[in-house]
Amino acid sequence: MEEGGYRSWAYCSGGAHTPARDLSGPEEDANAAGLLAGYNGRSSSSMGLPSLDFDTPPGLQIAAGSPGPLVRLSGQWTALALARSRARGGVTTRLASLRGNTSAQWDLSAVVRMDHVGGQALWRVWGRKMPERVTLTDTQRDIFARIALLETHREEPEPVERINPVTALGHGIFSFADHVYGGIALFGRVVLDALSVLRRPASAPWTEISANIYNAGAKALPITALVAFLIGVVLSYLSAQELLLFGANQYIVNILGLAVIRELGPVLSAILVAGRSGSAITAQIGVMRVTEELDAMRVMGIPHGLRIVLPRVVALAVAMPLLVMWTNIVALTGGALAAQVVLGIDVPYFMRALPKVVPIANLYIGLAKGATFGILIALVACHFGFRIKPNSQSLGTGTTSAVVTSITVVILADAVFAIAFQNVGI
Amino acid sequence: MTAPLSAAVRDRPPPVIAETVIEVRDLTKRYGTNVVHEHLDFDVRRGEIVSIVGGSGSGKTTLVRQILGLEQPTSGSIFVFGEDTSMIDPHAARLMRSRVGMLFQQGALFSSLSVFDNVAQPLRELGRVPRALLHDIVLLKLEMVGLPCKHASKMPAALSGGMIKRVGIARALALEPELLFLDEPTAGLDPQSSEEFVELIATLHRALGLTVVMVTHDLETMAALSTRVAVMADRKVLVAAPIEEAAGVEHPFIREFFLGRRGRRALQALPPERRAKLPPAALVSASAEVPL
Repeated sequence: MEEGGYRSWAYCSGGAHTPARDLSGPEEDANAAGLLAGYNGRSSSSMGLPSLDFDTPPGLQIAAGSPGPLVRLSGQWTALALARSRARGGVTTRLASLRGNTSAQWDLSAVVRMDHVGGQALWRVWGRKMPERVTLTDTQRDIFARIALLETHREEPEPVERINPVTALGHGIFSFADHVYGGIALFGRVVLDALSVLRRPASAPWTEISANIYNAGAKALPITALVAFLIGVVLSYLSAQELLLFGANQYIVNILGLAVIRELGPVLSAILVAGRSGSAITAQIGVMRVTEELDAMRVMGIPHGLRIVLPRVVALAVAMPLLVMWTNIVALTGGALAAQVVLGIDVPYFMRALPKVVPIANLYIGLAKGATFGILIALVACHFGFRIKPNSQSLGTGTTSAVVTSITVVILADAVFAIAFQNVGI
Repeated sequence: MTAPLSAAVRDRPPPVIAETVIEVRDLTKRYGTNVVHEHLDFDVRRGEIVSIVGGSGSGKTTLVRQILGLEQPTSGSIFVFGEDTSMIDPHAARLMRSRVGMLFQQGALFSSLSVFDNVAQPLRELGRVPRALLHDIVLLKLEMVGLPCKHASKMPAALSGGMIKRVGIARALALEPELLFLDEPTAGLDPQSSEEFVELIATLHRALGLTVVMVTHDLETMAALSTRVAVMADRKVLVAAPIEEAAGVEHPFIREFFLGRRGRRALQALPPERRAKLPPAALVSASAEVPL
């Protein structure tokens, strides 16, 4: 047997090894023969290919013959060559037309190289068995023998379980209930942990809390300032257009003051923090699960609640009111500047009028909202973080759900605040 | 999970060792002031199984990553299939990638794709492949690596360590490369799986005429498979020779690595004609008892 016999790629390494080669035919074959001569020129021990030569496309010649057509293949029948040939509408379509033609005579001896992919393309056309009349080199025979051998052992893939819409709805309801249950359990855990810390303050995770306040609060100052300033300017400018119509210019202070301090400041900073810190918390805990850090902590007897959840909840509960205050100040500054430009209300008047027209209760409500929103964001983010499974998709969906859910929960809580304090401060 | 292929190739001769396919010349790699490789030379010839061994941090994986083009050498040149990897144009680089496969240490399967889609991905990257043909191609590759096709619809998270490595190999072989890189192929596998995996690599080596370059710490795997062992120490390849010759080289790392108890045990398991070439120090008894 030729040395190439065990190789996946069938080199036609010489006329002596390729029994039936009557290449008296068309030019395409002559071309392939020329290439073969090139390969034969190399020493037989180094059957190397000319480097990176993938430029001999697979060729297919159909000649009339009796009883069936004579099909001659040439060139490279490899995955790469076939894919490139398909892109140009090459041999594959003509090959498909030969499907089920049992009388055809096949000559593969002019094929320069063949891999299992090329072999399988032919094998399908042949109807998963060797055709009666075929000319092969030994290496090609090996490839087809392997394809046939491996096919006999095959079990089909287990079908993926499909879920019908009714079941999916049921799953959805159970999963929602599970999330609610998990969220409440997590909240209960945090309360218990907080109580135990109150009893023994030395056990509090001070370092973690401080690091989280810095990350979620201090580092969020620039972005919240930018957004708050622009929102203040926009709100003030748009309100001014309406107020000018009624000549009620000085009411800009009431509108801006109440809207920003009671509503926009807390909600705006909560949305920014949910996007910024909420996603970070989920991703961080998710990666800790993937890298088994969470399991390592549990094995060492370090409680997740005390070291991971509590610091983040406390940190956001502390950082959020501060951020709300910061957002209020910057948004009102922006609003006051815009009011000066559009309505001619000067900034000192704005500052003096503000405490008179906006009761201080609104500020307290706003700060309380901030703390509540912070706690909710941290809880939701931790909840989703612990549910991440070790694959890339789960990390992505987990982070997205965390952000979307925490913003939704924040708006819900805001509605509760609005109803509960409807008689306060207005 | 023995591949049905191994019986078919048992009486075949191993691939003939032919021309050089990887040629690393005068390679230097530095990270800041940390010199990983200095004037390193390394060759791999077609049909070989070359093991790269060395202490932790000796730059085994870095060397493989540079050959694969994942990292740029600081200086020196790397030729793969006769092409200088630093000079190659993007089109030729793409073609070359399809001739090279890599199995990463943790498998590096796409965790959001099923086993089938993992193996099909390199083929889909080539262009549209008819569904039925793609199905055939992927299942053949899975059979080739001895993974029962019923697992094809599973997600990587549901697979055992040995199965992940098999899928990794099937994916690396999807385009039928000539050159296969393995990073710690048996790390984290139980002895039975390791044994089967070694057999699988030997089978594929014969059946497909692969050239294999593997980074390994596992002395038994190395002794069972390698045609040559490249020992890395002092920032270069100290010696690249059949294991029985490499074991005889006088160097502190080689003495520790090959002539330690584990090393001796692996060396003494070599077939008699190769064992005869071992240095006498390797034949000292290596009992399993730990002397304290």
